Parts: sequence; structure tokens; C-alpha cells
Amino acid sequence: MSDFPHTPPRFSATFSPAINAEIRRAAASGIYDIRGAGTKRHLPHFDDLLFLGASISRYPLEGYREKCTTDVWLGTRFAKKPIHLDIPVTIAGMSFGSLSGPAKEALGRGASEAGTSTTTGDGGMTEEERGHSKTLVYQVLPSRYGMNPDDLRRADCIEIVVGQGAKPGGGGMLLGQKITDRVAKMRNLPKGIDQRSSSRHPDWTGPDDLEIKILEIREITDWEKPIYVKVGGARPYYDTALAVKAGADVVVLDGMQGGTAATQDVFIEHVGMPILACIPLAVQALQDLGMHRKVQLIVSGGIRTGADVAKAMAMGADAVAIGTAALIALGDNDPKLEAEYQKLGTTADAYDDWHEGKDPAGITTQNPELFNRFDPVLGGRRLKNYLKVMTLEAQTIARACGKNSLHNLEPEDLCALTIEAAAMAGIPIAGTKWIPGKTGF
Amino acid sequence: MQTFDLEAQGLRALNASLHALKGLTNQTAWEIINPKGSHAIAVGVDAPIEITVRGSTGYYCAGMNKQATIRVKGSAGPGVAENMMSGTVIVDGDASQYAGATGNGGLLVIKGNAASRCGISMKGIDIVVHGNIGHMSCFMAQSGNVVVLGDAGDALGDSLYEARLFVRGSVKSLGADCIEKEMRPEHLALLADLLKRGEADGKAKPEEFKRYGSARKLYNFNIDNASAY
Repeated sequence: MSDFPHTPPRFSATFSPAINAEIRRAAASGIYDIRGAGTKRHLPHFDDLLFLGASISRYPLEGYREKCTTDVWLGTRFAKKPIHLDIPVTIAGMSFGSLSGPAKEALGRGASEAGTSTTTGDGGMTEEERGHSKTLVYQVLPSRYGMNPDDLRRADCIEIVVGQGAKPGGGGMLLGQKITDRVAKMRNLPKGIDQRSSSRHPDWTGPDDLEIKILEIREITDWEKPIYVKVGGARPYYDTALAVKAGADVVVLDGMQGGTAATQDVFIEHVGMPILACIPLAVQALQDLGMHRKVQLIVSGGIRTGADVAKAMAMGADAVAIGTAALIALGDNDPKLEAEYQKLGTTADAYDDWHEGKDPAGITTQNPELFNRFDPVLGGRRLKNYLKVMTLEAQTIARACGKNSLHNLEPEDLCALTIEAAAMAGIPIAGTKWIPGKTGF
Repeated sequence: MQTFDLEAQGLRALNASLHALKGLTNQTAWEIINPKGSHAIAVGVDAPIEITVRGSTGYYCAGMNKQATIRVKGSAGPGVAENMMSGTVIVDGDASQYAGATGNGGLLVIKGNAASRCGISMKGIDIVVHGNIGHMSCFMAQSGNVVVLGDAGDALGDSLYEARLFVRGSVKSLGADCIEKEMRPEHLALLADLLKRGEADGKAKPEEFKRYGSARKLYNFNIDNASAY
């Protein structure tokens, strides 16, 4: 043994302990890792933008005295009955099957009390959600599980799902342990089998077909309902333009931070674009077509605070949607359940095996013993509180920027902290006029 | 008989008129003239009426039908009777892609041939095709019955769930997890009924068909079956 000091152990950045663990897991199991939630990697995000606030050139509104409106109309292009929401924060599509009945009820309760909408998911419309959601968006998905014309007619809006941010181009999988009798009946499948959701629609391909599909749905519903088209953040300029061309009333754009009930980790982490990069391209498409504000844009994927809401709207969105944040507000991943998360081999704030149906919070499960723990009234109240706080936060920022409506926020109110965020968002770096890729340094 | 000139009166007026028919209407017979390949003809109907379309239709004719009997005196474009819930749709000619896609119930009869993906993701509908069906038909078909008096194209019943497929002619190839199964007496009785309701009882006998269904090997993921996905 030499008396010289040893070189300390040095971990590889390429073959990190986490990467090595995944290699070992794959080698032992022979199957890719499936999990819920959205990407966990660090990405340029709304945190990399700041509001400038008022100055001599513009004055602020009095914080608690002067009005700052938050309401939004959606579906004003073609629908006879566009919807009016009190706040621009909506609840994204999440299926019954992936979520428990009480969780869907809580989403409906909380959203309705806050004056906004909820959205069904890949499993059809439940009475819990229809009964408690004043404004309900009904998704038309590739699988068409639970799809029927009666539910189309009793929906307030219809959302044709082309893709979602967690997995643009991917289908879905609800593992057998969550296919209970009720879920199986709604999806017309045997109990306990893995339920696959196809990645594209069974009866149309491409934008020309989509236009005809939208026509059919409009005819079935007598042109009353706003029709949304939801796309994952992949090619937002062209997807937005094509959705508008196909006749959408509203475009829903979901960045890769958006969650999923169950998808391959490799898909979640390696496909799609962050929402920050998606919004300017979608807005540009709408502006190029002269349809900005005529076809409304809802963005989602990593919206957590009123600041995120305000930043998304300043970049040109008409509204936002939340999914993961809503589940956390209901009680998902709460540290008070740490002992139970530990038993599942995980920890609070990291639990993402939503597909396994063992959620101790009773939210992402079909196990009655677990979902009966969840109080939908309390959950709904928590969600309402959270939505109200987000709205107040966004209003606070908007007033500070001198805006009497959240919709009056504009890119000029923002600056970027990093080159990456500046380039993606099309916002100049703080203290400069530089937008990488657009203006000279 | 109500006669509706689609070219003169327009699609919106047609579907609105049909949707206005509730319960025990006395306007039980409708004739649609001049369809000229229009899309979304007679979609979302929910009344026990009889509709005859005199000519060929575009996409999604009879989409999401409930209760009505709709006969197309011509050929039908893509997605005829898609997501049908109940009732009967009869196409005297051929049908394009996705005929009966995701249908939950009712009966779809195609007197000619059906193109690719006939019965894709079907969820309880019965489909009787007097001619042939194209490739990838009955992909991910969940439940219901398909009867084909002619031949089936490539990859019949790929990723099949519990739908039952009966083919009289040749099958170019079977899709993943689709296998030939024993034809038992209850299947022959089912076939006889479907042939009769499908206006094909004089054209074929149940004994002439082979039955195909799911091997159920892909129902729960197994790494040893990975190459089949």
C-alpha cells in the first residue's frame, strides 16, 4: 500500500448511478420502465422568465382596488354555445380508470366552485364528473373507450385528442391491475387485462380527414359545442395551423412537462418539446393566419403557479390547463403519507407509479380500500383554493404590469434569464434587446 | 315518406331535421336524394326511423347511429356507421376504409366489398360483408361479430381482443395474436342468425366459414412476446 492519498471514487457523468441502476433494472426485468407524471429532467421553463413590472413609462394598477379581469370565452369561432369561464386555468384531461371516481368528483367540485372546466379522459364520461362539473370538456380519443353520442351531446365542449405532451405520437397503456369491473365495463374489455390505447385515430388520418371528422361531430351536436383540438408539443407551428385549417375552435397545446397516467419513461423524457418553446410557435401560426384570439389557445405542461399562468398568457395563450398540479392540490404525493410511500419503495414528491393502482392518497387507484380514503368534498375544496390562489397571483402580476385584464399581458412585459429561455420563448435577455435567433447581439 | 333533397336543402338542415325526431314520431320514412358523396349524412340520428339514401355517400355516413335503419343505395365513403350504437345500416355497394369503426352495437351490412380496417376497434357491433375485406381489418377489435362471405386481406384481427371473426374465403394473413378457432354449434347458430339479418342467408351456409379469435397471449405484457407487439 502506498502512503500517497488514493484517488477518490469518481462517478461517470455518462454512466451515473441512476443510469447504471436503470441498465440493471432493464437487464433483470426485460421491460422498459413505465411510470406516470411528466418529464423530470431540467428544462428551460417559465422560471427562466421574469416580469418587468411598471416603471415611469407605464403605471401599475392599484393592487386591491382596480379591476383586473380573469374571465375567458372559449369556442367563439364556430360554436353556437361558446363557454365562458371565470378564470383562465382549466383542468386537463385525466381519465376515469387512471384516476378514481372520487378523485374525478373532486376535480369537478373544485373546478366548478372556482368557475372553470374539467376534462374527461381515455375512459369515457363518469356520472361523478358530469354531475359535479358545471363545464365539462369531453375528449374524443383514438381508443374511443366509452365514446357515445349521448355523452357528446351532454358535454359542454368536445376535445379531439391528437396527442399529449408527455408522449406525442404515442398511445397509452392502462395495466390490468386497474381494469376493475367498472373500468372494464366502460371500456368494453375483459377485467384485468392490459388495456392498450392506440396512438392514432381509427377513422381518420391527416388534416384533411380531421376537417371532415370535425364536421361530423359538429353535425352530431348541431354545431352547439366548441371543438378543441389537442396536440402534444412536437411541431406546434404546423399542428396549430393545421388544426385551425381543420376547423378547430380552440387549440390545446401540451408541452413535454405535461403528465400522463402511464407511459414509458424513455418516451416521457426523450420525446417532445418544453412548453416554453411551443407557445411562441403556436402563437405565430395563429397570427400568420389572422386567427390569434379568434381561435383560442390553451397551453399546458408544467403550469404550477399564478406566475406561470401570467407568463403563458403574456406569451399569447388565452388560457392554461393543469393536470399534475391539480392532483398535488388534491393530496397526491403528500409528505404526510411518507410511511406508505416508503413501503412502496419511493418517497413523497417522487411517487410516480400511478399505473400500479397502489396510490396511498386514493387518487390514482381503482382499489376501493384506497380511494375510500379520499374525501372528494375536501379534495374539491383544496383544488378550489389552489385555483383561486393561482388566479390572485396572476392578477397581482398583471396589475403590477399595468394591465386591467390577464389577457392584456404581452411579451413586452417579460424578460429572460438565460440564452436558452430567450431563444425558445422569443423574449429578450434581461437588460438587452437580444433574442437569440432573431435579433443581433 | 319525407323526401329531402340534400343538394337543395343542405346538410345542416338534414341532420337538424333528423335530430328533431324524438320518440314516437310519425315521420318514420325518409328518403335523401342527391347525396353526391357528401360527408356526415344522417349522423347522430336517435329515432326508430327508416332512411334511404339514394346515391353514394362521403365520410361517416350514419355515424353514431342509434335506433335508425339507414340504407345507402350506392357506395359509402370512409367510416360508414362509425361508433354506431344500435340500429341497422345497409350499404348496397362497397364501403371504404374504417367501416363500422369502434361501433358499439347494431348491425352494419355491406353488400359489396369493404376496404382496409373494417371493424377497427369495434366494441360490440355486428358487421356482415358480402364481398371481401381489406388489410388490417378488425385491428384491436374488442367485441361483436364480423362475417365475411369473401376473402380477408393481410393482418386480419391484429391485436384482437374478444371480437369473433367468421370468414368464408381465404385469409391472406392473420395479425398478431389472432388464431383460427374451433367452430362449435353455438357459433353456427350465431352465424345463421347473422347471415339472415345480414340479407345473406341465401348466399352462404354457416358450415362454409372458419372462425378466428384472440389467442389472448398479448393480454398481459410478457417479455417473451415482445416481438409480437
